[in-house]
Amino acid sequence: MENELAGLRRDLLKFARLQLRDDALAEDAVQETFAAALSGLSRFSQRAQMKTWVFAILKNKIVDILRERARQPQATAAIEEIPDDAYDDLFDERGHWRDETSPTAWGNPEASLNSRQFWQVLEICLTRLPEKTARVFLMREVLGLETEEICKELVMSPTNCMVVLHRARMGLRLCLDDRWFHGETRNA
Amino acid sequence: MLNCKEATTLMSRGMDGKLTLWQKAGLRLHLMACDGCTHFSRQIGFLREALRRLPEEGGERPGE
Repeated sequence: MENELAGLRRDLLKFARLQLRDDALAEDAVQETFAAALSGLSRFSQRAQMKTWVFAILKNKIVDILRERARQPQATAAIEEIPDDAYDDLFDERGHWRDETSPTAWGNPEASLNSRQFWQVLEICLTRLPEKTARVFLMREVLGLETEEICKELVMSPTNCMVVLHRARMGLRLCLDDRWFHGETRNA
Repeated sequence: MLNCKEATTLMSRGMDGKLTLWQKAGLRLHLMACDGCTHFSRQIGFLREALRRLPEEGGERPGE
């Protein structure tokens, strides 16, 4: 049990750091999660269930922290992080994919979900997204908040919010395409 | 007729909000004719699926 908790703690911390990009805040969130979780731990006989439950507590903590942080004035600059023309090179002058950039099949990507290396590459790719962009994107895709809610929390217009999400998706897709699905490191 | 750049924007937008009927129809028409965008559409769908599983899957797993 000791070992499992230490492993779980490491996973939680990694997850919190990825979202918050602040070691001290991540540490606090995980501490609080453990404090909140401790009372209920004995209810779970299966490791997987417990993990899901503890992560759900951590997700809520992270949402709280992000909400708090969104009220600070510097929170809204996500729109400027990935420039407007960042992905223009992918398309020709008529706005169609160029031959060399047109997306090609990823085969059976679901198989990658069982590969530990895949999750490492995904994490690297997420870390490469600019900080505020990543935060908006993770609020949407990992924490599962509604777009409207995110825009409101971050005091962004819905249009800007969706632009940030789109650019994040473009960036992450390219990175995974390059580093995993068509990259040298492929190893499923 | 939509170009690919517009189509990718709409696909993303459709994942974060509602598209109008016209937008949906235009997108469907474009996807029927465009392999690149069809792959793109599947791939951003896969990204969502993977990210939803990040908390449980992202860490070390037993026996590894």
